[in-house]
Amino acid sequence: MSQIGSFALLLALALSGYCFLAGLMALVRDGPGSARLAETARRAGIATFAVVFLAAVVLVVAAFQNDFSIAYIFHHSNRDLPAPYKFATLWSGQEGSLLFWSLLLAAYGLVLRLRYKTDTRLFAYASVIIAAVQIFFLLLLNFAAHPFAVMQGSLPADGNGLNPLLQYPEMVIHPPMLYLGYVGFTVPFAFALAALIMRYPGEKWIHITRRWTMVTWGFLTCGVFLGAHWAYSVLGWGGYWGWDPVENASLMPWLTGTAFLHSVMMQEKRGMLKTWNMWLIFSTFMLSIFGTFLTRSGVVSSVHAFAQSSIGDWFVGFLALIFATCVYFYVKNRSHLRSEHKLESLVSRESSFLFNNLLLLVACFTVLWGTLFPVLSEWVQGTKVTVGPPFFNRVNIPVALLLLLLTAVGPLLAWRKTSVESLKRNFLWPTIGALGTGVLLVVLGIRPWNDASYFYSLMTIMLSVLVALTVISEFVRGGRVIARHTGQNLFASMVQLAHRNTRRYGGYIVHFGVIVIMIGFAGSAFNQDKEKEMGFGDKMTIGPYTLVCQSYTQDDNPNYGSEWAVMNVFKGGKQIATLNPERRFYKASQQTSTIVANRSTPLEDLYLVYEGQNQDTGRPIIKAHLNPLVMWIWVGVWIIIAGTVVAMIPNAVTVRVVAPARIHAAPVGAD
Amino acid sequence: MLRHFAGVGPDRGNPERSERAMQSRFRPAFKIALLLTVTLLLMGAGDESARFNELGHRMMCACGCNQILLECNHVGCSYSDRMRAELMTAVDRGDSDDLTLQGFVQKYGPTVLAAPTKAGFNRVAWIMPYAALILGIGLVSFIVRAWRNRPLLRPADAPVPVHGAELEHFREQAQKETEV
Repeated sequence: MSQIGSFALLLALALSGYCFLAGLMALVRDGPGSARLAETARRAGIATFAVVFLAAVVLVVAAFQNDFSIAYIFHHSNRDLPAPYKFATLWSGQEGSLLFWSLLLAAYGLVLRLRYKTDTRLFAYASVIIAAVQIFFLLLLNFAAHPFAVMQGSLPADGNGLNPLLQYPEMVIHPPMLYLGYVGFTVPFAFALAALIMRYPGEKWIHITRRWTMVTWGFLTCGVFLGAHWAYSVLGWGGYWGWDPVENASLMPWLTGTAFLHSVMMQEKRGMLKTWNMWLIFSTFMLSIFGTFLTRSGVVSSVHAFAQSSIGDWFVGFLALIFATCVYFYVKNRSHLRSEHKLESLVSRESSFLFNNLLLLVACFTVLWGTLFPVLSEWVQGTKVTVGPPFFNRVNIPVALLLLLLTAVGPLLAWRKTSVESLKRNFLWPTIGALGTGVLLVVLGIRPWNDASYFYSLMTIMLSVLVALTVISEFVRGGRVIARHTGQNLFASMVQLAHRNTRRYGGYIVHFGVIVIMIGFAGSAFNQDKEKEMGFGDKMTIGPYTLVCQSYTQDDNPNYGSEWAVMNVFKGGKQIATLNPERRFYKASQQTSTIVANRSTPLEDLYLVYEGQNQDTGRPIIKAHLNPLVMWIWVGVWIIIAGTVVAMIPNAVTVRVVAPARIHAAPVGAD
Repeated sequence: MLRHFAGVGPDRGNPERSERAMQSRFRPAFKIALLLTVTLLLMGAGDESARFNELGHRMMCACGCNQILLECNHVGCSYSDRMRAELMTAVDRGDSDDLTLQGFVQKYGPTVLAAPTKAGFNRVAWIMPYAALILGIGLVSFIVRAWRNRPLLRPADAPVPVHGAELEHFREQAQKETEV
């Protein structure tokens, strides 16, 4: 089994190498045989996918067959591991996840190479660049992190098992989503670099790149928030985002990718920011690779980084090579990226995009800086310091609020210049609505002057209302115009409106999703928690809830042993639910894990954690968290996904009415 | 004032002066925005009534779980209970925040603090993000100004009629640029 996998990886490397070299030669030598050479390169690229796929299948089959002669399977699986998690073994460890990365890259390459007729030459360049990236990962797999390395000595009877934290349904989809995002940025990067190298005329490449970026961004968004949901449901500390280096690694390319999706509009509409966009997409790709480096090199300590290994040096070298390549071609062809227009007014869509990009990049820089500061500190002053949530929250929340303000203002500014009438017309009622919400919240008891977190929460909710009202007013205003002309009802008109300009209205839906998420975040200022040892019939009160311990018990199955409590939940004297917080002890890995019991409502989550047992009394210790508004974070993600899908639907074809040609009447009396 | 903004006041017909007037009108708004930003940035937590909770969130658990002390739910953690008890004792004793945190640093090392201190080289950690923001605002303002001051093309003496593909190109460009 391991030999088949090893052979497949070597063959994939050879095919990628051929795809790269033959593709490059075909592009450089513009002779008669170059078209045929390019075609062989394309086919080698397609075959790479088939062979990497075979290697991945071999690894998964080995996991299902409990083939512990393969070291990777021994370290990350065991006989009693449930089937879905055996499948997830593929990305559970260093070597397997690199293979998975390579597989996804090959799959993206496959799609690109099958669609080559869109623009043969541009796609050929992009294919060569993707092959170069593929070669790097296959070199890693063949020579530095081999997933088919065999065990030495006698074969073990059972494996070490999968990390308990990873034995959760979302782990079967979270890493693939995240990787689809990370790896996907290779495609826009390849198109951008290809366009720069060949001095691609026109903006077609940017349309292609934008679409790919949107798909990738959508996957990365899903991956990031699935990770947050997994952390919330599994880690049991009551939160969803800990500013862990690995979380930060996924956030950085997301921020620059978001910046690109905005600023690319300036290039499409006005022919501006060409250099900026080029470097944004380069940076996004490099941050994806950098994130992988952070996760795998052991350079920073993290809750869920892979084991420390020597492959960090490979990534540093690869990053340096990418950077040098980008700089070289930028310097060589920068004249191709000159802006076509000038900025006409400070109060315009263009300047709002500039500030939007600035804030997103400052947020990205802050995350990068905070993530790397411990390393820098150790290097400069010899002592490591921790840069944790207090730092990131304090620095990033104001930036996020400013971004939220721009989210409200930016889309309603006109290109080139915005008149005061237009500002007044668009913002009067949303501003009144936001201020009214602020007053209402203060009346209801939020005291922003008591605590900075309350102030931030209030500001977040007010700004979210501002964004929501501007988005709604845009839909309603456009919908009314269509309704007047077509006689349809307002909702049908708004659907038609969105279909006419899917990108714009899809974008608004995404913005709406963002504010729903922000409202969810705002709730964290009002979190409460309590911890208590609970015997039979013991009570604990948190917020409006009273928890009564009905019983506690133990269970055992081949994979893990467990302890859990049965907690009856009362509200207003009436029982509304029964929750079972649990702690598991996984036998193969000899590790414990918590299974949170969460009762989620639109208003708040009642989140119970089985902390452990008092060794003297044998009674469970239960920690209860009351986390307001958390459900809206997950709702917001669904809205963002919906908006992204809408933005990718092609626009409905608009019928252009051509004015009749002007007929020149002969002058009276000319003859 | 709104009439003036709208270009129906005394500056009507003079786009440069009108633009300058518009700028001067927006300047106070930018100042307010800047002030608000600075206020936002300088605000910090300061609820003395929940010192235990606040201090507990300014420290990491020393067990290596990379979690905030009061959020560590590491099963069988040999550190968090002890550290929480020590923190409670310090708060009950009336020790100042600095003294309490210093005591923990001496016992568990500098990594026990969840964020860099604001002294020595660690100050750089706090300064850099704000410096980047200020530098970025300056840079964007410079770019905006530079772009706005680019010389305008002088209009041709007489309009040149365009036809066919060229006309279609201009139509498309106009549609692209006016589409909001």
